[in-house]
Amino acid sequence: MSERTLMDGNRATAEGAIAGGCRYFFGYPITPQSHIPERMSLRLPEVGGVYLQAESEVAAINMCYGAAACGAKVMTTSSSPGISLMQEGISYMYGAELPCVIVNMVRGGPGLGNIAAAQSDYWLSTRGGGHGDGQMITFAPWSIQEVYDLTYESFDIALKYRAPVSLLGDAILAQMMEPVQERKPLDAALSQTDWGIGGERHGREKNVITSIYIQPRALEELNHRLYARYAQAAREETRWAELGAEDPEILVCAYGIAARICQTGLELAAAAGVKARLLRPISLFPFPTAPIREWSEKVRKILVVELSMGQFVEDVRLAVEGRCPVEFSGHTGGVVHTPEEVAGVLGNL
Amino acid sequence: MIDTLETMDDAGLELVYTVPACMEPVPMRLCPGCTHPIAHRLCAEIVDELGIADRAVLISSVGCSVFANEFFRLDGAQAAHGRAPAVATGVKRVHPENIVFTYQGDGDLASIGLAETIHAAARGEDITIAFINNGIYGMTRGQMAPTTLLGHKTTTSPYGRSAEDTGYPLDVCALLQTLPGVAFLARESLHAPKYVRRAKRSLKKAFQCQIEGKGFSLVEMLSTCPSCWHMEPLEAFERIEKEVIPQYPLGVFVEK
Ligand SMILES: Cc1ncc(C[n+]2csc(CCOP(=O)(O)OP(=O)(O)O)c2C)c(N)n1
Ligand code: SF4
Repeated sequence: MSERTLMDGNRATAEGAIAGGCRYFFGYPITPQSHIPERMSLRLPEVGGVYLQAESEVAAINMCYGAAACGAKVMTTSSSPGISLMQEGISYMYGAELPCVIVNMVRGGPGLGNIAAAQSDYWLSTRGGGHGDGQMITFAPWSIQEVYDLTYESFDIALKYRAPVSLLGDAILAQMMEPVQERKPLDAALSQTDWGIGGERHGREKNVITSIYIQPRALEELNHRLYARYAQAAREETRWAELGAEDPEILVCAYGIAARICQTGLELAAAAGVKARLLRPISLFPFPTAPIREWSEKVRKILVVELSMGQFVEDVRLAVEGRCPVEFSGHTGGVVHTPEEVAGVLGNL
Repeated sequence: MIDTLETMDDAGLELVYTVPACMEPVPMRLCPGCTHPIAHRLCAEIVDELGIADRAVLISSVGCSVFANEFFRLDGAQAAHGRAPAVATGVKRVHPENIVFTYQGDGDLASIGLAETIHAAARGEDITIAFINNGIYGMTRGQMAPTTLLGHKTTTSPYGRSAEDTGYPLDVCALLQTLPGVAFLARESLHAPKYVRRAKRSLKKAFQCQIEGKGFSLVEMLSTCPSCWHMEPLEAFERIEKEVIPQYPLGVFVEK
């Protein structure tokens, strides 16, 4: 086995991005992810890239818009309040069909909240991402290796769909350390697109990146085009993983760090005779509706464990459509379940 | 077009004025008598004269300049309200060889986008800004801007702008003048031919600054908005001379 490197999620994000071909980074410091811009400011000059600290998250996302308009692999990273500030820019990216990778190391909210681990930006990422019709392809890693891998792959996915792609981490994933297998560097050159601006035109027709569609029919057409891409993403990018009992009575649905906690919780519950299985979505949008629906016909109950007041649980309920009861166990504001607590909830279902 | 040329030739006439090569020969969606089209044209003439049409990138903003990319035969991007300097920064950092310019109104640049403006200038970002100061929000039909003169009645200062309630007109050139990243900074006016010629000279210097990699350049152009000032175009020109220039004196403030 080749060598692995011990790193935290922030560093894995930076290294995964650089290996994935990212050469442009615009961002603004915010805990718990400031080590990502710090790492990028160190590493990008080494590989001929550009790091720039923006004056705000608003400026950062719009700098990304400019770089993305040139077909560059570009990233910004932030945490919850900063992502709120980026919403208009993200919506412009939907409208102008621009690829960008946006990492949100989610912290407790609302407001300034705190810097502890939370999953309360599920809606912000999967439903929000700004005004208008448009949704954000969203991945949720549960390990540092997966933080690395998903960041690495997201640049090409963003380009494939000409759309922003977001990753949801949290304060634990940002700072927890695990060994990571690094991957072969991907192409970092500007993408050869027929829509990118800049460079020497040499008489080629002008390209214009815009999200203004004054004619309602033209805007409707754009929105249909975006949703056709989401439909393709649903076929080609839906990801999830399962573990636990083969013939479960209970299906546990959790993502990210909550799924990691549930893994141990399930082991404890199994020792006490509870037959449960964990299904963890790796892509939150597109959502793994089909496997959850299938299990809902076989299990007695579904338990959703989530670090929020209940956002992800709504997608599970939509997938289940009343086929079985869906129970919810949530902590919020930075409070995190213990595995014992999850095992306890499972034992009482 | 060709027909006209032939006819003119037959008549022994010489063509002395036409659409600049880097402009699209399409009607502009702007009010009659407005000075926006003059500023558009100045940008286009300069791009042609400097021979940079193949590498110039126009970042349009939100305001009456929102359709600018339709009028220019140049690569470009349309930026969110106030964010054109940030978008231009993104493009310039990817393509330092491109000549990247933004075209922004005073609501866009001096209100919602003031932070982006000042920080692009502070960084000495190698971009050029054509800044149209008409002292009002034109696109949204005449609300007060930070540049609106005291006493001016707009739809949101119906009693006339009062310093007591809304402070004083914002002088962007004065704000930027002290920043070492600024390589060229001037305020000009578009209300009469002699001023338009001056404005063109300054704007051309601003573009040249970027070509030479000297840093941030901005030319503010005092403009009219006859529609929202509720004036005939000629009256609006007079207002610039009598009221606006005294508040916003013309000049080249930085030239490196
Ligand atoms: C975030 C956001 N806020 C407000 C608006 C509405 N809006 C469109 S144009 C404009 C003002 C433009 O005025 P100015 O920049 O002075 O340009 P002008 O139209 O006078 O040329 C405003 C407020 C918007 N499009 N986006
Ligand atoms: S609204 Fe004012 S600034 Fe806009 S095009 Fe009309 S006259 Fe010009």
